[in-house]
Amino acid sequence: MTTVTVPATDNAADKTAGKAPGKAAGRASGSPFRRGLRRFTHNRLAVFGLVVLGFFLLFCFIGPLLYPTDQVHTDLTSTMLPPGTNGHPLGTDDVGYDVLGRLMIAGQVSIVIGLAAGVLATVIGTLWGAIAGYVGGAVDAVMMRIVDAGIAIPATFLLLILSAIMKPSVPLMIIVIGLVSWLVPARLVRAESISLKSREYVLALRAMGGTHGRAVMKHIVPNTVGTIVVNATFQVADAILLVAYVSFLGMGLQRPATDWGAMLTGGMQYTYAGAWWLIFPAGLCIVLVVVAFNAIGDGLRDFFDVKGRDR
Amino acid sequence: MSANAPLLSIRDLHVTFRTDDGPVEAVKGIDLDIRAGEVLALVGESGSGKSVTAMSILQLLPSTATRTGTIALDGRELTALSEAQMNDVRGREISMIFQEPMTALNPSMRIGDQIAEALRNHESMTKAQAHAQAVELLRRVGIPEPERRAAGYAHEMSGGQRQRVVIAIALACGPKLIIADEPTTALDVTVQAEILDLIRDLATERGTAFLLVTHNMGVVADVADRVAVMYRGSMVEVGPTTQVLRHPEADYTQRLLAAVPRLPDADEAEPELPEVAEVAPVLSLAGASVTYRKAGQNFTALDAVSVDIAPGEILGLVGESGSGKSTLGKVALGLVPMSGGELRLFGEKVGHGGVRGRAERRLRGRVGAVFQDPGSSLDPRATVAEAIAEPLIVHRASHPMSGRARAARVRELLEAVELPAAYASRYPHELSGGQRQRIGLARAIALEPELIIADEPTSALDVSVQAAVLKVLRELQERMGFACLFISHDLAVVHEFSDRVAVMYAGRIVELGRTDDVLLRPEHPYSRRLLASVPVPDPVVQADRRLARLTTRSVA
Repeated sequence: MTTVTVPATDNAADKTAGKAPGKAAGRASGSPFRRGLRRFTHNRLAVFGLVVLGFFLLFCFIGPLLYPTDQVHTDLTSTMLPPGTNGHPLGTDDVGYDVLGRLMIAGQVSIVIGLAAGVLATVIGTLWGAIAGYVGGAVDAVMMRIVDAGIAIPATFLLLILSAIMKPSVPLMIIVIGLVSWLVPARLVRAESISLKSREYVLALRAMGGTHGRAVMKHIVPNTVGTIVVNATFQVADAILLVAYVSFLGMGLQRPATDWGAMLTGGMQYTYAGAWWLIFPAGLCIVLVVVAFNAIGDGLRDFFDVKGRDR
Repeated sequence: MSANAPLLSIRDLHVTFRTDDGPVEAVKGIDLDIRAGEVLALVGESGSGKSVTAMSILQLLPSTATRTGTIALDGRELTALSEAQMNDVRGREISMIFQEPMTALNPSMRIGDQIAEALRNHESMTKAQAHAQAVELLRRVGIPEPERRAAGYAHEMSGGQRQRVVIAIALACGPKLIIADEPTTALDVTVQAEILDLIRDLATERGTAFLLVTHNMGVVADVADRVAVMYRGSMVEVGPTTQVLRHPEADYTQRLLAAVPRLPDADEAEPELPEVAEVAPVLSLAGASVTYRKAGQNFTALDAVSVDIAPGEILGLVGESGSGKSTLGKVALGLVPMSGGELRLFGEKVGHGGVRGRAERRLRGRVGAVFQDPGSSLDPRATVAEAIAEPLIVHRASHPMSGRARAARVRELLEAVELPAAYASRYPHELSGGQRQRIGLARAIALEPELIIADEPTSALDVSVQAAVLKVLRELQERMGFACLFISHDLAVVHEFSDRVAVMYAGRIVELGRTDDVLLRPEHPYSRRLLASVPVPDPVVQADRRLARLTTRSVA
């Protein structure tokens, strides 16, 4: 009953706590957001992740404005130039595209697909899991068996088949990756939803005649936001990797569109020609962005830690 | 040992915690002596530092705590010992009993082995010897058939028996001092009485000293020789139980004792007001049953219960855990479906064959609910204003209101529960338990309900806070005149608050009548046993009650 972290304002100060001196300090560090922000910034890795991600966003979306290159027309007079020649800081590839400029537009595709697919997966998974957990019983059983069945299908394999049947495009890849990766958040949110639905504030809403829809949207989903957002960052990282896999296997976007995975594939053919600049930059971009998202996810976990302790 | 040499002596103990919001001093330089064979009760409200003091004796404080001062056991300084030496003291010279017996025992280990483990930790003996001694210890703490029980597991025992096993483990190596942190708080009153008897016997027979950490003044009056009262990290009063409880000197002790609700003596009670005139009840249950399926077996939580609540009437519902009183409250709120029987709200049948869907939800707007746990009764991500405004938003169709009117209503409700209007923008984690419970109350009365269902609304609160919350609830009831189903295990609180009382036992209402009749002159044998088990915070009266209870038990 008595825990060691209880602040002293809990007892007879009940009536006078409004005037108690300790309360003013507590108020300054008040809203959950500000307390969370302080914990997030304590996590150095997360701050590093945020900086790296910020750099890549600027690089991919602002970079092409400052460093315009032609990424549509091939230039067969200047192929396979090593870095630093003829005004190509990172050289050119086998059809004469500038590698630095290509990294930028490839990054746009990777990041857009990753973010959009991650958000799509998170939205579907959250609603699915929250409803399954809240309703329970037979509805829950059926909904979760669908999730189990979905998890049994290998996502890479499904993407390869679809790419073989249809012409791969950015919207298609977003939808397909989104539709195969909502299963994990659905499971996570369902577990939280089950524990949240028996909380007294949910019971209180039901007792005052509130609808089930309001219970799910107002109380269940907002209180799983920690789980959701942390998982979403991992989803984005996974989606970027998945796009890279598929493109690497040659079933991704077709030229002149590209992404980092496709750049890697292109470079692989020239490994023995010593064209390292076609492999390392793209590979490094994938690794850094994926690591950055994972680090941010780790920091967000601290951010949403309601217990609010130092680590 | 000479009478004036204390067994344990604490001098100038300070404990400070490092937290997000800067250091918090939990214990501010206290002195305390415990003599051999005495039961010393350390009382105080949450945050008073009583548990921290107990933990610092065994050096079991979390790593964020720093401690200064001296703690000597039999003249040996404990603070100077290394962790390995201290480990030898723990269990052998000082042992500990925790609040929750279920989590203190290992569910996958036989009871006998758990006691034997405690023995073999400190003394070299064979497995067979340890086992024989474990059975002996179980016998000593009053477990029937100790040989059979030693081979069993914790889940096969009741809460009271588990706590006896925990005590047996604490006794294993014959410690000089046992620290018991709220050892009976998680138990029902009838079981609590038996555990307290055991502690009293052990102190008298074996000369074991007990440091009993508790917030319950009745428990103190029942078993303690001396009392130490803590308030906000300081020791405000230490003395013999009779003196402190009957003639408290410190202001705080007087206030604390005044806030403890008590049952009057049977002959003191004044006759109740006549019954309210015959009108349609606001809530009517007829033959209500609830059956759960648990591990393939049917469990009847509510067994054909019939009860009516008249407009403006307060019905108290008492009983021990598992008696079905909370289930009854949830049935009335429509949170648990009935497997049989009929529920009528304001004369209209609800559920199968009655109003459903939107009409039922509208009916529910006329019922308010207050729950027990101030930690989970408010959404941690919603501000106080959002929480209080929720019923207004849910019922905006029948009670249309502009955003500004709603904000004004929230301020009005905050004022009604005696909280400043500025609290509207705060989050639940910034409030104390009592404040959160007032917010819960404000939310319940937002739509001016005709019936409030309050399930243990003050059980998780300290007595002084409980008194304040009950006062607010009573004033609101007098002003708004709502009927109330008041569920509580605390008979004194129910007595203070209710017009009529129902006693529940094993899913049935065993006695129902006017408050004074049921609580002061109970007729049903279970009601009598329940009342006899409640310790009263007066050591002299409690000594008589203890004697009376022990004789009735030995006769029975």
